[in-house]
Amino acid sequence: MFTATTIAILLTMSLAIARMCIGPTIYDRVLAVNMFGTKTVLLIAVLGYLIGRPDFLDIALVYALINFIGTIAVLKFLRYGGFGDTHEMDTQDVDDKSNLSDGGPQ
Amino acid sequence: MEVANSIIVWASLLTGSLFAVIGGIGVLRLPDVYTRLHGAGITDTMGAGLILFGLAVHEGFTLITVKLVLIFIFLIITSPASSNAVANAAHSSGLRPMLDSDLKNKASSNSGARS
Amino acid sequence: MIHAASLALALAAVWLLLSGHTDFLLLGLGAASVFGVVLIALRMDVVDHEGQPVHMGLRLIAYYPWLGWEIIKANWDVARQIIDPKLPISPTLTSIKSTQRTELGQVMFANSITLTPGTVSVRVLPGEILVHALSKNGADDLVTGRMDRRVSAIEGPEPDSDIGKEPG
Repeated sequence: MFTATTIAILLTMSLAIARMCIGPTIYDRVLAVNMFGTKTVLLIAVLGYLIGRPDFLDIALVYALINFIGTIAVLKFLRYGGFGDTHEMDTQDVDDKSNLSDGGPQ
Repeated sequence: MEVANSIIVWASLLTGSLFAVIGGIGVLRLPDVYTRLHGAGITDTMGAGLILFGLAVHEGFTLITVKLVLIFIFLIITSPASSNAVANAAHSSGLRPMLDSDLKNKASSNSGARS
Repeated sequence: MIHAASLALALAAVWLLLSGHTDFLLLGLGAASVFGVVLIALRMDVVDHEGQPVHMGLRLIAYYPWLGWEIIKANWDVARQIIDPKLPISPTLTSIKSTQRTELGQVMFANSITLTPGTVSVRVLPGEILVHALSKNGADDLVTGRMDRRVSAIEGPEPDSDIGKEPG
């Protein structure tokens, strides 16, 4: 039964990858990457049971943390163009639509 | 007792997997980024919740169950935060959501053939 | 002070439950870590009613089962719409009034909206939340204000409003 769940999660991950490749806007890609990350957490958890090593859950827990921080960091970078103090860059991108259709992975 | 336990585990793992795949299909099938967020939302709540619940029932009351619960709590807290971050970033970059009327116009102009 | 105690308690619980060891060395290291983290958090001035909502107490705990049931119902709805070959969606962008008095309450309301599949909060403004809904039904359900009243109720009798003090 863990095998079936693993296959289902892998299927979902491949659907997310497909969206990541075709996604017309950069936000589709970020969304797909985030979803891929959450599914990775589940995959690690189920995989631990599949091969009889529930210690893998610690890795899943850490991966959940990294995935969230990563998504937020990418979005912040997209919006403000930097990771630091962004108060002075606040309105830089609001009218700039050039980053919507990026045409390829950046 | 043992049988009932494994039936619950089976049922929640399979239902969770089903919801995860449905959410994945939704992410691929829905028309724009705002609607795709809803598909991702399904996999994050129902998919993750049921799969982790199934694993927790399989495990019983141990410290490992606590880790499963912690993963679940963490996903439940971060998933709306990152969804909202994506939606907010898309909205403030000027990306307009595809609304009901847009969909109807599009469907009438090319007979609703969309992948 | 009660917030710092609550933070220390939560950290200690996480340490004990994640490690599962009870020998003296690991307990000592855990106590030192908890002490250090609470000290740093106090210095960063992030130990307050927002990070540790102890004043909500039982009302907060009672809210989650209700939210869970709402999420299950909404999941079923959205899943049906996605697998329907005709894709019967009607995306709408609506502005929902939020009657919470504190920023924490409003954030909880916005997160509850996002957590419920079919509705995503796009932008939070003082007194209202811009919501994108997958179907008209989902948006109408939010407009009735059922969830809004629930979240306002768990805020409890707190006199002062802090909405709008810190924009952003």
